[in-house]
Amino acid sequence: MPSRMEPSKFKSLTRRELLKLTPVVALGAFAIPQLREPLLKAGLGFSDWASAQLFRTGHLAPTFDDSDLTPFDKFPINDYDVNDPGVDFDKWTLTVGGGVQKPGDYTLAQIQALPKVTQNTRHVCVEGWDVIGRFGGARLSDFLAMIGADTTARFITVECADDYYESLDMATAMHPQTLLCYEMYDRPLTREHGAPLRLQIPTKIGYKQAKYLTDLKVGNVLQKVGYWEDQGYSEFYGL
Amino acid sequence: MATRAIAIENGKTGEVTPAVYEHPFVVRLCHWVNAVALFVLVGSGLQIFRAFPSFGAKIPQENLINWPKSLTLGGWLGGALQWHLTFMWIYIATGLLYIGYQLFSGNYKQVLFARRDLPGVWPMVRHYFFFGPKPPTREAYNPLQKHAYTSAIGLGVLSVLTGLAIWKPVQLSWLAWLMGGFHLARLWHFLVMWAILAFVFGHLVMVVLHGWNNFMSMFTGWKKDPEYPSK
Repeated sequence: MPSRMEPSKFKSLTRRELLKLTPVVALGAFAIPQLREPLLKAGLGFSDWASAQLFRTGHLAPTFDDSDLTPFDKFPINDYDVNDPGVDFDKWTLTVGGGVQKPGDYTLAQIQALPKVTQNTRHVCVEGWDVIGRFGGARLSDFLAMIGADTTARFITVECADDYYESLDMATAMHPQTLLCYEMYDRPLTREHGAPLRLQIPTKIGYKQAKYLTDLKVGNVLQKVGYWEDQGYSEFYGL
Repeated sequence: MATRAIAIENGKTGEVTPAVYEHPFVVRLCHWVNAVALFVLVGSGLQIFRAFPSFGAKIPQENLINWPKSLTLGGWLGGALQWHLTFMWIYIATGLLYIGYQLFSGNYKQVLFARRDLPGVWPMVRHYFFFGPKPPTREAYNPLQKHAYTSAIGLGVLSVLTGLAIWKPVQLSWLAWLMGGFHLARLWHFLVMWAILAFVFGHLVMVVLHGWNNFMSMFTGWKKDPEYPSK
């Protein structure tokens, strides 16, 4: 048999139950502009932290057969790269600094003397499209060994011939599929794809894979994160 | 399922109204947090979709639809990603809390579609869509409702799994592989969103049709004057 209750008592009972839902109102903080920005920054930061936790040094990105390759002329070039950054290929060197034993200018020949890796991997753009490309180059980890980099440092940063710049966590920099890439589809990099040297990182989103590299530094502090990251995009964005 | 039931008795008029406690606090909490999270995730998801509104190749790009910017959230791709990557955690946490609570409390028996609900589906469909007679109501949810709510939870799980496959196609490559690769996972994620929106549409129509007492029960937990006999 149901218990009995006066209407006024029932009213206060339902009011109490309704008040229990007040925590939901906290979500309204996202509607307040002054609070929204730090909250979304924290949310994105948490996602980046989770991304870094999910990253596994020994886990390889899927590789594909040659028949799965996106044809070279169908491999997109970002609008950003339409302007020629005007690299003088004869004089080009990669300037290395920061936490390394052998800083200085490294030529393309020195990088090409390192063991060459060729891989067919997926390139995923933050916009949502993806292609499978064939990339050749030296492992960044081999290059870091050559320059005597302090691999206990936290970051690698790169500067580019245009105004692009990027940073990379050391774990990803040491990943065996992370390349200093100088070939695509078995041909030297073309100007649009970042000649003479770019990053190619199958475990990262496209915008982390900077083109037209000119400078590489090893360090523990980031003054700036990356061209897109500093405008509000994810800093880690591991795939 | 022991549902708490009372009789509201007006001492002056002698009028008696039954009421049942239909929605436990955790279910109500999850429902409203999830409603907000879903709104944000769909709005920001559509803004992200606008950056590449296609499921084909990038070259040549054939846009599926020119989705209006006014029906999106986040303003630009980077902003929408901030919303999406923030609220996905709220969505996942709410989903885990909800499913955990339902299993732990046994409340799931009220809503989980089971084999015994199967025969009751067609009479309800006939009633709702083909003007058939209204089958007698015996419990909080009729078989068609259970089917809808159980499916919605399934779609929620799928939305998370397809989303994870897009977010982490390398670290969770097995998940992306299950869905036919990153490229297709993106399509599944999009389609699951539309299926959820279809559920929400039907859900809202039913809320309007079933009136105030039913609507208020998702705030207070208590449903006055239920259609089914309160034990």
